[in-house]
Amino acid sequence: MATAHVTVKPRNRVLAWIEERLPILSFTASHTSEYYAPKNFNVMYYFGSLAMLVLVNQIVTGIFLTMSYKPDAALAFASVEYIMRDVEWGWLIRYMHSTGASLFFVVIYLHMFRGLIYGSYKKPRELVWLLGMFIFLALMAEAFMGYVLPWGNMSFWGAKVIISLFGAVPVVGDTLVQWIMGDYNPADATLNRFFALHVIALPLVLLLLVVLHLAALHEVGSNNPDGVEIKEKKGPNGRPLDGIPFHPYYTVKDLFGVGMFLLIAAFIIFFEPTVGGWFLEHDNFIPADNLVTPTHIKPVWYFTPFYAILRVIPSKLGGVIAMFSAIVLLFLVPWLDRGKVKSIRYRGLGYKLAIAMFALVFVLLGAIGAGKTGEWIPELFGAAADVTLIENAFGRTLTLLYFGFFLFLWAYTHFGLEKTKPVPERVTTHD
Amino acid sequence: MTKRALSSIVLALGLVAGGGAALASEGGAELPAANTNVKDTASLQRGARLFFNYCVGCHSLRYQRYSRTAEDLGLSEQEVMQNLNFTGAKFGDPVVASMPGKDAQAWFGKAPPDLSLEVRAKGADWVYNYLRSFYLDPSRPVGWNNTVFPNASMPNPLWELQGVQHAVYAPAGAGAEAAIEKLELAQPGRLAPAQFDQAARDLTAFLQYVAEPAALQRHRIGVWVLLYLAAFTFIAWLLKREYWKDVH
Repeated sequence: MATAHVTVKPRNRVLAWIEERLPILSFTASHTSEYYAPKNFNVMYYFGSLAMLVLVNQIVTGIFLTMSYKPDAALAFASVEYIMRDVEWGWLIRYMHSTGASLFFVVIYLHMFRGLIYGSYKKPRELVWLLGMFIFLALMAEAFMGYVLPWGNMSFWGAKVIISLFGAVPVVGDTLVQWIMGDYNPADATLNRFFALHVIALPLVLLLLVVLHLAALHEVGSNNPDGVEIKEKKGPNGRPLDGIPFHPYYTVKDLFGVGMFLLIAAFIIFFEPTVGGWFLEHDNFIPADNLVTPTHIKPVWYFTPFYAILRVIPSKLGGVIAMFSAIVLLFLVPWLDRGKVKSIRYRGLGYKLAIAMFALVFVLLGAIGAGKTGEWIPELFGAAADVTLIENAFGRTLTLLYFGFFLFLWAYTHFGLEKTKPVPERVTTHD
Repeated sequence: MTKRALSSIVLALGLVAGGGAALASEGGAELPAANTNVKDTASLQRGARLFFNYCVGCHSLRYQRYSRTAEDLGLSEQEVMQNLNFTGAKFGDPVVASMPGKDAQAWFGKAPPDLSLEVRAKGADWVYNYLRSFYLDPSRPVGWNNTVFPNASMPNPLWELQGVQHAVYAPAGAGAEAAIEKLELAQPGRLAPAQFDQAARDLTAFLQYVAEPAALQRHRIGVWVLLYLAAFTFIAWLLKREYWKDVH
């Protein structure tokens, strides 16, 4: 439902005086109590508001962390331990920030998956999707630079590996790498500039993109699990028959979602903050050391699917191109998918199988990137198995399937191979 | 292992497949569990006594203060200063080894590492088994070797408690080097093997506490946070149900 630009006329004279000059109450009403959302949102629709919650958490806890953190290669590691031990409630703030970083990606991946299966990227919501993808990109940069700041050994080696990817650029590669690091290795200059980018530059970009993402969403209105445009069926009062005001209906519903999410987050923060090395890696409790390479250099779990694509491709430049293409293709989904039916509920069997396979491939690539296959292969094929050979064959197949999904999506819809079911006129379910 | 189960639950919530703690598998073979308990104050106190009698000569805990140790282990300032502090440090100072780093470098080829975060980096199981796995090896510069960390430059600091172990080699295969089958106690120490295992467990528990003193607090507070959030979520659910009654 497009934003209804309502005018609020407060009785209170002070508020009225302000409202005539700065229509802040009208603006708020237009985006909450007068914003009509479909009434059939399911559990997948919690993750947008949860992403906002985590963003606020990262900013607030981040502000407090900067009060005690030292962006200096000689002091950074010790300052994090100072936060963990000597700063009042410092351990809680730090765990809220580190857990928040991982949960941000959990929430965002589910939010993106929701957009894919219900066709929320399709006309007229292409810009909502594109802006969301830019948020994802900014978030990845933000997370990577934040991960370097504790200056543990995995921070150092992770930074070295990821920055050196730019060395694959022909001709200017090496110069580019040195320009990014400000040194020949990740060093004090690198840490200091990553700190600046992490605490101010990228958060500003993220906030701006979030505002645009929401503005674009409210202009065209939310999609829903049936993929029905609710504004096409309006009642006599001009309100969509299947729409309900975002406030209070979805504010109270999201409040419940927030409660459930915080239960999970608090459980991790208070009882298992490292999540067995997945959220906080063991090697990062060793200070950065350019002479001691960790046994397995690997990024945190949320980058592992893309890292796996990089790793299994034999050429460095080819790997880098494939890795970035894996992200770029997601930007293009609104134009690759020519199907008219939005929701998975009414799409063809081919689509359902393809998207299920795509999700599975993404998770399996993540397992390769995290080094899990190095443990599984000897168990499955015996101790004598050639791990690298099997891992590469498996990883390259998965990479082909990952890219194959996009090709299939285009061919399937472009050549009219999809047999869709009739889409209902009105939404079919609600709470 | 509860830790493993917990992380699996969290991962099953939709993160990534193939859960399970990564640490145990990183060293290759699975090590026997340390079974430490950081909530057992008596065990931490015994571990602290071992650490300050056998380890602090070479290894620092530079992020851990004597005062914090006293507070968390239920010891008085006097007890800590008389029984645990042998370097003349102030009560509020961090724990710094008595051996100067330069000498250590010269004597051992490598300065003994700071142990503040050892358990977070390597895991409690690793530390526990490392402490139990020293054996005499005349080919090494200091005469000791370790099966958990082969060619470690550290001699066994607890030998008078554990006794002296010898390596028993399995018959070598063709062209392969003989592998160590097991370690055998050649000369008993002051403690029986079961007692020594408990000592190693206490020392590991103390290092585990030092690696994250906040663990004591977060477990205590976490229970109340979860109870509060459960009540909050329940009320939010009732509120949602009330409002949504008129959605048809």
